Amino acid sequence: MDLHFGDSKPTDDERAAVDALLGPPESSWEGADRSDADLRWARGGREARDRREMLLPGLHAINDRIGWISDGALDYLCRRLTVPPAEAYGVATFYAMFSVRPRPATVLHVCTDLACAAAGASELCAGVEARLGHGASVQRSPCLGLCERAPAALAVRAGDPVRTAVSAPATVEAAVLAAGSPDSAPEEPPAAMAVPQAGDPALTLLRRVGVVDPCSLDDYRAHGGYTALRRAFGLGPAGVIREVTDSGLVGRGGAAFPTGRKWQATASQPDHPHYLVCNADESEPGTFKDRVLMEGDPYALVEAMTVAGYAVGAHRGYLYLRGEYPRALRRLEHAVAQARARGFLGDDVLGQGYAFDIEIRRGAGAYICGEETALFNSIEGYRGEPRSKPPFPVEKGLFGKPTVENNVETLVNVLPILTMGAPAYAAIGTDRSTGPKLFCVSGGVDRPGIYELPFGATLGEVLALAGVRENLRAVLLGGAAGGFVRPDELDIPLTFEGTREAGTTLGSGVVMAFDDTVPLPRLLLRIAEFFRDESCGQCVPCRVGTVRQEEALHRIVRRTGAAAADDIALLREVGRAMRDASICGLGQTAWNAVESAIDRLGAYE
Amino acid sequence: MTVTSLGIPRRLLEFTIDGQAVRMPEGSTVLDACRAAGKDIPTLCQGDTLRPKNACRVCVVEVEGSRTLVPACSRRAEPGMEVRTDTERARHSRKIVLELLASSVDLSTTPQVAAWIKEYEAKPDRFGPDTARLNEEPKIDNDLYVRDYDKCILCYKCVDACGDQWQNTFAISVSGRGFDARISVEQDAPLTDSACVYCGNCIEVCPTGALSFKSEFDMRAAGTWDETRQTETTTVCAYCGVGCNLTLHVQDNEIVKVTSPHDNPVTHGNLCIKGRFGYQHVQNRD
Repeated sequence: MDLHFGDSKPTDDERAAVDALLGPPESSWEGADRSDADLRWARGGREARDRREMLLPGLHAINDRIGWISDGALDYLCRRLTVPPAEAYGVATFYAMFSVRPRPATVLHVCTDLACAAAGASELCAGVEARLGHGASVQRSPCLGLCERAPAALAVRAGDPVRTAVSAPATVEAAVLAAGSPDSAPEEPPAAMAVPQAGDPALTLLRRVGVVDPCSLDDYRAHGGYTALRRAFGLGPAGVIREVTDSGLVGRGGAAFPTGRKWQATASQPDHPHYLVCNADESEPGTFKDRVLMEGDPYALVEAMTVAGYAVGAHRGYLYLRGEYPRALRRLEHAVAQARARGFLGDDVLGQGYAFDIEIRRGAGAYICGEETALFNSIEGYRGEPRSKPPFPVEKGLFGKPTVENNVETLVNVLPILTMGAPAYAAIGTDRSTGPKLFCVSGGVDRPGIYELPFGATLGEVLALAGVRENLRAVLLGGAAGGFVRPDELDIPLTFEGTREAGTTLGSGVVMAFDDTVPLPRLLLRIAEFFRDESCGQCVPCRVGTVRQEEALHRIVRRTGAAAADDIALLREVGRAMRDASICGLGQTAWNAVESAIDRLGAYE
Repeated sequence: MTVTSLGIPRRLLEFTIDGQAVRMPEGSTVLDACRAAGKDIPTLCQGDTLRPKNACRVCVVEVEGSRTLVPACSRRAEPGMEVRTDTERARHSRKIVLELLASSVDLSTTPQVAAWIKEYEAKPDRFGPDTARLNEEPKIDNDLYVRDYDKCILCYKCVDACGDQWQNTFAISVSGRGFDARISVEQDAPLTDSACVYCGNCIEVCPTGALSFKSEFDMRAAGTWDETRQTETTTVCAYCGVGCNLTLHVQDNEIVKVTSPHDNPVTHGNLCIKGRFGYQHVQNRD
């Protein structure tokens, strides 16, 4: 590889931002001043190429410090990592939170997704745009995961250090204040405010949220923390996998794959090293449960990742956290550092001779990176495009090695499985959907938030808990990739099998209520727009199909009946091919919600 | 004499295509098997010298037990697999993919696609007159080749050929995402400011004519490009001792472009700037 760099130079600030991450450059080959040694040897080769995985953190470092990524900064980063500039440019332009064009240091991300749109996001956008001057730019954002406090805005001010402030529920004044001085913006309410059941002793997954101090390892231990890991060491890796298999736990990220089987398949791979990846890239519109868990009980995730790593024989776990969650990032960075300092992570976890550590990677605004293989590419410093399967991650995952990937909720379930034992855990819920489940309830309800219920509760029961209002028009189950159901279908049992039988899906646990004041066609248009924005563009059915669907929905936004029939037929044909022929779940599910709105709600009749 | 490595003996896998039993060596793709069985599967992004990217999804087939359709070009054959190539479901997806592509890019210089559009009864016009298209002017920033991204189907073949699969120059990448994704060099700069070494191997693999010789582009613009009047002569490059094969495309006694045979075991269709573009001295009559 003969890399070619342009002649644009980084500014001192840009250079400092990269050097703060990577350390000072050692030779002129990577941007230092030329020294005598440089005349005698050339640094590079395989050793340098292995640093590709630092590309995404490097882009964050520049974007955090300056607010955007200039030619000179990108070139310097490429020199430091021996990454071809064209490829780095491709990566930098892939993520919504990065810009390769100059922009103000402060960016106010205003959520325009479903719950926020229903709560007045467009008025908020118009208001802040009118009030904010040249020092800040307003960016319409996909779901910020703050649906219980809609409408939401996130201000990010570049600098050293980068400052963030969340305003939710946001008023024009509050959002402008957050953007104007992020440091003096009011503190966010504690995570427990998103858990209306907080403090209820019957809770399993959420029992510590609001009870424990999320910044104290000792408090976590005083509330039962690290008993699961001790039990895991007693059982041995095979014993842990047996418990998880016997518990009947299936993945909570939407695909519902049996966790024990996944772990067993990875643990038994002869190729090493094995990796553990925690998927905390929660970007499904309407989903915020992982954020609340991470903000309210961060050590639980650290412990659960350690247990999972131990079970599958991994010594390194990657926590891929979405870039729009600054508080979760701070809490988890703190938790990981504390756990490391106290011997709960590191070369010899709890003196058991097992080495495990966690590295946190920030996403940068790409829904597709929640797809498991796209997430691997993102960590490795490539564009977050999904890989084709097979081979599956258990065989060839992160860095081409056997990898287990689980989402936050799935991992946190492992703790009660080990502390209460598989039989007791499996007794919760139904035969085929065992354990507790978190539901993200938002929209037209009096008490939006995260609810924990055993599998088998009906949709109506969840909505009743959250205080559903009278004029309910539709419920979106499972998020933008899920489906709508009618108000007369509230007896659907919320289990994987129950929702499947009812022709819908549990997805990531989204329950979003819409009353009859919400214009359905506008909502469907927003869903189509979301998928068009978030398609990675790799395969034709998704890249072009999402555009053609959005165009058709635009055409029929004010039409019904026969006037809409042609375009609905077109939508169906394109949707069918997208479901059948797209590479990954994004394209395969992009049409689900709109289809269900047409079929179940009669959206255009 | 060319010595072709036979490699270690490979096991034969038995499976069925459209109910008919087939045997293929281990490692074959479903597409290899379909072609060996005489089935006509359309392909756009598949390239004979590159690892399948399976981005276009026009080669999808049904495989028993698979929830979704399967790209024939990249799926390895497995024993006992039941493949169906011409079901209504597979044909529907191919038709839609062809419609989606033809409605968004200019396929006028893509070989064979017109026949597939006819065969699958694809109607790209039915998305209406206001469909989003690329609508970009061809990028003409050097004397050797033209990048006309209005014809680009984003198959990634140029990226792969420029990158770790052949040239190792890494001058081309995909930037942006979704419908706005484009093939570009760093900073979307002119080619002359990029890492490009003008080997032209990206042109060699481009399936749609989005990348073309300046000579071909100019002749097409002038209406003088006529492949029926062209002869192709394969010879050996005289520039150095490697011995790369050149195929000279000659029209009216002028070399109009140079390609290289993909089955050459040394170059696999790849050339350098001299072999690919350095032919004017042959026909310089001044």
